[in-house]
Amino acid sequence: MTIQQPTATDLGPALSATVMRETSRGVSAPLRRTSFKTVRRLLRTRMTPFALAILALFALMAVFANQVQRYDPINYQSYASANQGPSLEHWFGTDYLGRDTWSRLVHGSRISLFVGVISVGVGLILGVLVGVSAGYLGGKVDALLMRCTDAIWAFPALMLALAITSALGRGVVNSMIAIGIVGIPFYARLARASTLAAREFDYTLAARALGASTPRILARHILPNISAPLIVQASLGLGTAIITEASLSFLGVGVQPPTPSWGLELRTGYQYLELNPVVAIIPGVLIFLTVLAFNFLGDGLRTALDPRLARGS
Amino acid sequence: MATYIVQRVLQMVPVMIAASVFSFAIIFLLPGDPALLMLGDQLASNREVYEAKRAELGLDRPVPIQYLDWLGKTVRGDLGTSTRDKLPVTRGIADRLPVTLELTVLAMLLAFVIALPTGIISALRPNSRWDIASSLLAFVGVAVPHFWLGILLIYALAVAARVLPASGYVPLSEDLGQNLLRMLMPAVTLGLGLSAILMRQVRSSLLEVLRQDYITTAQAKGLRPRLVVMRHALRNSMIPVVTVIGLQVGLLFGGAIITESIFSIPGIGRWAVDSILQRDFPVVQAVSLVMAIGVLSANLVTDVAYAYIDPRIHYR
Repeated sequence: MTIQQPTATDLGPALSATVMRETSRGVSAPLRRTSFKTVRRLLRTRMTPFALAILALFALMAVFANQVQRYDPINYQSYASANQGPSLEHWFGTDYLGRDTWSRLVHGSRISLFVGVISVGVGLILGVLVGVSAGYLGGKVDALLMRCTDAIWAFPALMLALAITSALGRGVVNSMIAIGIVGIPFYARLARASTLAAREFDYTLAARALGASTPRILARHILPNISAPLIVQASLGLGTAIITEASLSFLGVGVQPPTPSWGLELRTGYQYLELNPVVAIIPGVLIFLTVLAFNFLGDGLRTALDPRLARGS
Repeated sequence: MATYIVQRVLQMVPVMIAASVFSFAIIFLLPGDPALLMLGDQLASNREVYEAKRAELGLDRPVPIQYLDWLGKTVRGDLGTSTRDKLPVTRGIADRLPVTLELTVLAMLLAFVIALPTGIISALRPNSRWDIASSLLAFVGVAVPHFWLGILLIYALAVAARVLPASGYVPLSEDLGQNLLRMLMPAVTLGLGLSAILMRQVRSSLLEVLRQDYITTAQAKGLRPRLVVMRHALRNSMIPVVTVIGLQVGLLFGGAIITESIFSIPGIGRWAVDSILQRDFPVVQAVSLVMAIGVLSANLVTDVAYAYIDPRIHYR
């Protein structure tokens, strides 16, 4: 006896329309219109333009760090002008070695933003892999994966990041890995919850009925439909990742001197707080503004990607 | 209720076991051989002494046996000996944990004191100037890094104004006034972010509850607005707030690590940083396990607290 796979037309008009839309190649015109509408909604939310402007400014600062620096951030040292306040020569003053704070912060933005983006990427990819597998496969796989993520979640994020960074060795790359691992449970839980709902939707059932393989269903049908909350969370996670990187560097296990980073500059400034507070205050302002911008962007994305909230706003 | 608590504790067991495996695995992840670290290069160059030390520490046995041995000792309250100061880790935890708990409780109280009234006023006057200002402040509070806030407070209140001591700790049992004076800045540093999160939660859940029919009924009965809010709305809006508080315990412990380091407070957070930097394996294992137990217990207490706050919730 052979079992015949149902065709799109066997599934009724509503389902067949879904299947046709889901299985058609390329991005359709309605989908493009939806994306355009989302961007328009995003730009209309109250604080998003401000957030995007700040992030664009810092991104440009990071990309053109060599052009906007006034002195070499590592090799320029002038003991005669150590621990000086802001001046025309040194806009944000100098640190205890007489290095130009502005130049070090400009280069530090590269590290901070890079670490933030890569570590969120690591956490997001691994977390989604775990969460989608657990949610879609269910049963023992789900129980095992979720108990492991629960166990990781039981540790305070900074404690775990500290332990992992110490285990792997101090430095930028290991900080990114550590911060990424710390983020896994969060993205995994979110992806699992969304997958649990998405696997019961008609388009998933239709794809399954058409004989699509599990990896194909996950990649083509589940993942695109659970991406909205993940995008929002990733945006909010970028701020948290930047703070964690700065915390690790501040505690001495993240970026190592003489490489400049915002957290490390804060640590340096903290040690000479009485002599020159500017060196401690400015890096904090930059971290704060970046995190604030990512939070506003996340909030804007949440509103833009959720039609109910968009109508409300 | 008792059955629910027992069930919830049983659910916690596998997570606790998995967390203990992670804590135990730290010894294999951290760079360097513990026996080598304890003996120093001079003594470790003697093969016999080195092997004897490994045997004494149990490092020559299979890993699962080492784990079970460590777990058995941990359950009996023996967390090993610090490789740095050669003192029992359990004693170190007993000395330092109350300090961290005091800091986190103070931060939580402070956060609650700030969040509750501001959240209520914002919910009662949505989209007013007060609401917009407090929402913006909440965004700011969430985005400010703990360590930067701590540094700003030290600069403003200790260096510039000289009204508070910059760092240090006086035990509660020694001098209550001095203790609170020295814990003020650390508690603000740790609690401000939480207060922002709580404030937003109080506002949104109270707004939700104020739209319910029973609130309209209470108002229609002619009940005073204060009574409507305090007796009918606030209690029901507290469930999500309690959830948020429970979920933030991990964040508070994480924040305590950096806050204690900035203000030189002798809690387990600062001890953890020092131990990680100096590769004191037993301490790192113990502190991470204690923190994980703390977070899991907070989640348990949060779940149990639901039933007390909202009698509509029944557990089977």
